[in-house]
Formats: sequence, structure tokens, C-alpha cells
Amino acid sequence: MRGISYAIGQGIKNLFRNKWYTFASIATITACLFLFSLFFAVIINFQNMLQTAEESVSVTAFFQPGVTEEDILNLRVGLEEREEVANVEYVSADQAWAEFSADFAEYADIYTENPLADSANLVIYLKDVSKQGQLVDYLNGLEMVRDVNYSEIAADTLSGMNSVIGYVSVGLFIILFANSIFLISNTVIAGIAVRKNEINIMKYIGATDAFVRGPFIVEGILIGLVGSLIPLVIIYYVYNAAVDFVTGRFAILSSMLTFIPTKELFHYLIPLSIVLGVGIGFIGSALTTRRHIHV
Amino acid sequence: MKRRKYYDVPEDNVITLRNVYKSYTKGTPALDGISLDIREGEFVFITGDSGSGKSTLIKLLLRELEATSGYINVLGYDLGTLKHRKIPKFRRNLGIVFQDFRLLENRNVFDNVAFAQLVLQVPKYQIKRNVPDILKTVGLADKYRSKAEELSGGEQQRVALARALVNKPLILLADEPTGNLDANNAWEIMDLLEQINEQGTTVLVVTHNLEFIEKMHKRVIRMNQGVIVEDEEGGIYDDERY
Repeated sequence: MRGISYAIGQGIKNLFRNKWYTFASIATITACLFLFSLFFAVIINFQNMLQTAEESVSVTAFFQPGVTEEDILNLRVGLEEREEVANVEYVSADQAWAEFSADFAEYADIYTENPLADSANLVIYLKDVSKQGQLVDYLNGLEMVRDVNYSEIAADTLSGMNSVIGYVSVGLFIILFANSIFLISNTVIAGIAVRKNEINIMKYIGATDAFVRGPFIVEGILIGLVGSLIPLVIIYYVYNAAVDFVTGRFAILSSMLTFIPTKELFHYLIPLSIVLGVGIGFIGSALTTRRHIHV
Repeated sequence: MKRRKYYDVPEDNVITLRNVYKSYTKGTPALDGISLDIREGEFVFITGDSGSGKSTLIKLLLRELEATSGYINVLGYDLGTLKHRKIPKFRRNLGIVFQDFRLLENRNVFDNVAFAQLVLQVPKYQIKRNVPDILKTVGLADKYRSKAEELSGGEQQRVALARALVNKPLILLADEPTGNLDANNAWEIMDLLEQINEQGTTVLVVTHNLEFIEKMHKRVIRMNQGVIVEDEEGGIYDDERY
């Protein structure tokens, strides 16, 4: 227990002993995590918008004349069991006509009978637009299906964007993470150099590895922690201001620009940023002390 | 796998070396087949020119370095097979003093000595008792609040000595402890080392100073180019011969 309290006490003292290095490290981690958080906020909103868009992508299946409502409803049950399918809506011929009549009343008056008698259809919403092709193939292969309506471009664009965002986020994350580890490592190396004499004495006296390394690891963790909290505060204000600005400026796109509420964003961002900051601090200092302190 | 050869260690030996070689690169080894017995409670001078292997010997005894071959036993620890994680526990039996004192700057005398106990996680109430005791032994009881850098060389070395002694080591290694001191201060340190030895601690002193060797009549081990060329009880050191 005394070892732990010693490590914490010394770790805190180290922060103040090497003020400039501490300041530089916190500043760089803040910068890295600020970029990360900013990027995260943009990505998560973008994905949210994409998801909203994806959910509206649907495939409509029309049926051969003579196919009964019962057959269609049976198919609906089968489709709902497919993993790429989110939900299936049945639109009967009467409903289809009612919707058309409501939209285009002036044309509807011409008809006495339902001209869309064979237009009963299933509207299928997908969980994953990239699997639209599979579903369309399946539907086209069914004898009862007369025609399948879908938009290939919408699905391809959305799934393409999704994977690009995935790759970009992973790439950027790796760069920021490696950069932060490198910076923490430099701070710890500087700290070790400053305290070389003390470390040597500790070794000769018979201090354990853990005892010598403990304060540096605490120092790294604290730098990481502070470095993760500052960007959270900045992002909080920047995000609110940005959302207000964009929704005010581009009100015309309000149906597409569905921003995630600040509270929900921070629900993910707070633990993520702290875990990353503390993780970077811990890994950076643990690796460095392992390499540079030999008992 | 290379088979290790085990040697009989005489019962009262605290340091035993058998056929110890240490080379840093290919070429002349720093230690060239040294065998040595140091018994409990001895006071031993190790002398020799620069590059004779004295520092290497001290580093091997501290297990800061590993021998290239040969057998080293210190206080029952076979240093050739000593596991890395057991090194700290082993070192707690040794005290070490350097020529350049190596005190912690910006800390006072008390903190410098207490540091040695802090590292070993000795309870605070014991530290408060032990540190003044040892400062009294080295004659610095009234200077415990002075900053290390405010002290004279002799005083700084006494602080270093107190730090080495506070954990009650069985062996004290002093590497040129008087190298940076004037004659008076140097003798004070030597007197202290002798007192410590009289209380039962085995003391090894690396020195160039022939005056101590001649006047103190202790065992002298003289090294030259990695070998022991003279090992005399009673400090009869004949400089003419070399």
C-alpha cells in the first residue's frame, strides 16, 4: 500500500518538477484528443445521418396477376426472417389506390374501378443497404414476383460512404494514438533523464522495478487524464456552437441534418476520451520506463 | 545448455569469486580469471591503476553487471543464477558510497538519508527514529535540515555514508570515497569506515590513496590489467615492486 501512495505522491510531484514537459505533454495530448473528439463528433453525426438515410431506402416487390393476398402475406413472413431485412410493409391494391387518389385527386376521378388492382406490393426496408443486391436477386428469382423496384445508386453510395468513413476513422485513430504515445514517451524519457541520479540511487538501495517505475506511470496517467478532460470541455462548447450555426445557416436541409444531441454524444465521448487519455498515458510511460529503466 | 560448476563456499565468506572473467568486447578482458575470498567482518582495500578492473569488480558484486564466466557468490546469493526480480532483495544487504556522493539535490540531509528507507518502504515512525540515529553516528545530527549542496565535501560524503548505512547493510562498498576530499576530511571518512567495520559490517574500499593503505594495516588487494597481483593481510604494500 505504501508503495502505491509513494508512487502517487511522487507522480504528482514529478508533474510539478518538470513543469514545462508536463505542460507540453498535456498540450499535445489535448490537441490529439481534441482532434479525435472532433472527428468522432463529425463521424458519429455523419453516420447518424447516413443511418437515417439508409432506413428510408426500400425495395418494392410487385406480384404477378392472380397472386393472392394470402401468398403475399406468407412471403412477407418469410422475408421478415431474413437477416438483412429490418421490416416489411404490405400495401394492398386498395391502399395503393387510396394513396394515389389522395395524392392525385384530379386524376383519380376518371376511374370507376381500381386501376391498380394488380399493384398490391411489399415494401421492404433493409438493415444493411449493402445487402440490397442479394435481396433483389432473391425476389427476382421468385415466380410470383412480377417486378422489383429499387435504387441501386442510393444503396451503393450509402454503403460506399459507410466503408470510407470506417477506414478513415480507423486510419486517423491509429495516427493520433501513435502520435500521443510518442509524445508521452518523450516526456517520460525527459523525466527519467532529469531524475537519473535518483533512479540510480534507488536501484543501488534495492528498490524494486515497480517501485522505480510507479511514479513515472502515475505521471503518465495523470498527464493523460488531464489531457483527456480539457478537450472534452472545449468540444462541449464547440459542438453546441457548431450545431447551432449549421442548423441556423442551413435550415433548408433540416430534414437531412439530424444532429445527435450533446448529451448523447458525450455519453460516448466522455468514457472514450478518458479511457484513451489514461490508456495513452499508461502505455506510453509503461513502455518507456520498461525500455529506459534497468534495475 | 552450459553446465554450471558449483564451488564450495567457505562458511564465513561473504564474498566468493572463482575464476571470474568479464569482457565487454572481444579483446583484453576487464577481469581475467579472478578468484577471491572475503570473510565476514573484514576491512579490505582494493587498489590498482585506472583500467585495472576495480570498478568492474564492484559492479559485478552489486550485480549491476553479469560475469562473462566464473562463479560469484555474495552473502549466499549465486549471482550467476540470481533471477532479475530477486536483485532488489539481494542489493538491500549492500551499502554503496561513491566518489561523487550522489546526493539528491534540493533535499535536505534528513530527506536524503530517509530516502533510502522510503525506497524500502520502512514505516514512517521508524524512519523518524532511524535517521537521527545514523546522522549522529556520522556526526551530522545538527545539520539534518541543511540542503545537501550547502554542505562541504566531507559532510556530503558523510550524508552519503549515512544513507548507505541506514538500512544496516552487511557489506559496505565504498568506491573511491575520499577521491574528492582534502586530507583531513578523507581521514574522517576513513575513521568512520573503520568504526562501522568494528561494529561488524564487512567493508570494501576502492582507493588510490597509499597513505591509508600504509597506515591502516588492513588487507590490501592490488589489481592490474584485470588480475589480482597482490593480496596482503595487514596492508604491507610494497610500491617499489610495481
